[in-house]
Amino acid sequence: MKRAIAISTHQLSIGYTGRGGRRVVRADLDLQLPTGEVTALLGSNGAGKSTLLKTLCGLLPALHGDIFIEGKPLAGYRSGELATRVGVVLTERTQTGGISVYDLVSLGRYPHTGFFGTLREEDHAAIQQALVTVGIADKADRFISELSDGERQKAFIAKVLAQECPIILLDEPTAFLDVTSRMETMITLRRLAHHEGKAILLSTHDLDTALQLADKLWLQPANPAENMICGTPDQLVDNGALARFFGSQTLRFDPETRRLVPVTSKK
Amino acid sequence: MTKRKLRWIYAGLSLALVALFCGGLFYGAVHIPFKDVVRILLRSYEGKEAWQHIVLESRLPQTVTALLAGASLAVSGLMLQTLFKNPLAGPSILGISDGANLGVAIAMIYLGAASYLTTIVAALIGAFVVLLIILGFSRKVSSNVMLLIIGIMVGYLASSVIAILNFHASADKVHQFVMWGMGDFSGVSLSKLPWLAGFSVAGLLCALLLTKPLNALLLGDAYATNLGVNVRRARLLILICTGVLTAVVTAFCGPISFIGLAVPHIARLLLGSSNHRHLLPVTLLAGACIALLCSMLTVLPGSGNVLPLSAITPIIGAPVIIYVIVNRKNIHYFN
Repeated sequence: MKRAIAISTHQLSIGYTGRGGRRVVRADLDLQLPTGEVTALLGSNGAGKSTLLKTLCGLLPALHGDIFIEGKPLAGYRSGELATRVGVVLTERTQTGGISVYDLVSLGRYPHTGFFGTLREEDHAAIQQALVTVGIADKADRFISELSDGERQKAFIAKVLAQECPIILLDEPTAFLDVTSRMETMITLRRLAHHEGKAILLSTHDLDTALQLADKLWLQPANPAENMICGTPDQLVDNGALARFFGSQTLRFDPETRRLVPVTSKK
Repeated sequence: MTKRKLRWIYAGLSLALVALFCGGLFYGAVHIPFKDVVRILLRSYEGKEAWQHIVLESRLPQTVTALLAGASLAVSGLMLQTLFKNPLAGPSILGISDGANLGVAIAMIYLGAASYLTTIVAALIGAFVVLLIILGFSRKVSSNVMLLIIGIMVGYLASSVIAILNFHASADKVHQFVMWGMGDFSGVSLSKLPWLAGFSVAGLLCALLLTKPLNALLLGDAYATNLGVNVRRARLLILICTGVLTAVVTAFCGPISFIGLAVPHIARLLLGSSNHRHLLPVTLLAGACIALLCSMLTVLPGSGNVLPLSAITPIIGAPVIIYVIVNRKNIHYFN
């Protein structure tokens, strides 16, 4: 099945520009993020997952190459327009402890509201819908500081849903979550992709959940010279890409159980 | 938060504001009977000219000044705390009031000019020079924390120049300058009041117009950018707005500590929320109330003596900050 492409890149180089010149984290990326699917970005710490996500949504400038959002160059978007196409959930520290869950989610309506940010009926409806979708509607009046890590993450996902973007990028949305919250979050995202046709890209360290619930995997090797590996979980298990990617002196990827196992164990 | 509670907060603050404003008119170092004050205000009084002068030329401008200055400083403090993501930021921390101080020190000590007008102009020039330096750096430095530190350093530089000026100055000039540095709501005459009122009302209106981006900035710069906020422009507007408010108030009233720092906390504790839609108006009202209260407390009952303002504001402000810091684990907006 051929799906529409939400984000595509052409010879994209990502990284940082500083005093000492450019630090290229990864070069020559030709990626295609499909709509209607959850794509999980896997890679070790420092492989540049956050850098890629931030570059794709325009928070970091691309060092080289092109990014197309729904076929149109990223640079061609005005900031208010882009805010209605691509929404993000980041790992940034925020000062939101003192506002209610409802207020936080209502900030997702920012690009849709007028100069004073007054919420109209359709805004309230979108906020309510987002709260229900992530299953946090009963906590709408709670302060963000009163939430557990998992609930907090849900609140930020609700915020990005209220933003009503067809493309959602999430930086480690399941980090710090317990196993049930992790699965629940992934299932919510999967439902959004499959039922509402959203394009979802998330970075994660959670191989198990990604293999089980993501439609596509992007494997980002720590070595910048190696290419990014893309495919469905089944493809990457069958062609041995996962085994090569995660294999080390002490660990190997077992295709039968789809788990990482110590090299010494006989399975 | 319920609508009911909101209504109570607004009603309570408005009532307190009116009461304190009247308090400022009826209570002062000189005892004037209640009836006579009313008559003077209604222009139907035909008695002691001195009393008329006290009420119309001293108490009335002083209470209006306190109201405007308190609201301006409190709102500046709130905007800076949100912008710098630091609950302990305040108008005096960006070096703007130090700049005003330096301007006045140069005018009083170095140039020997001590008229009321030159003091104000000098304070404004000093404050705006520092503001321009900060704005210049804000184009180069993208980190808010670094910008805050630059502001503090510029403040230290200004203080250092003031110290050098003081070292070479005569004792009476130093005394004059120190007195200015004590802060005073009573220095603004009725004829100068429109200048202060014009600038602070304009600044406060601008602040109210910044409500939407201020809320987005609670999420941090990256989230705000993703929501379509031009973060650099928002920062510039907030800095200009707070800079003008602080500069004008400092020029007319001298440096006033703690109101800008503490009132936003009082407002957040009262309201329980950091949503600027209500936090900003509540901070504005609370700032006006607290400043009016401080202004009244400078008058020692019975003795006819008036304390400097800088002796009072920390007594109200410092306990609030200590309370907030001690209880920060239980206060929502700190977590």
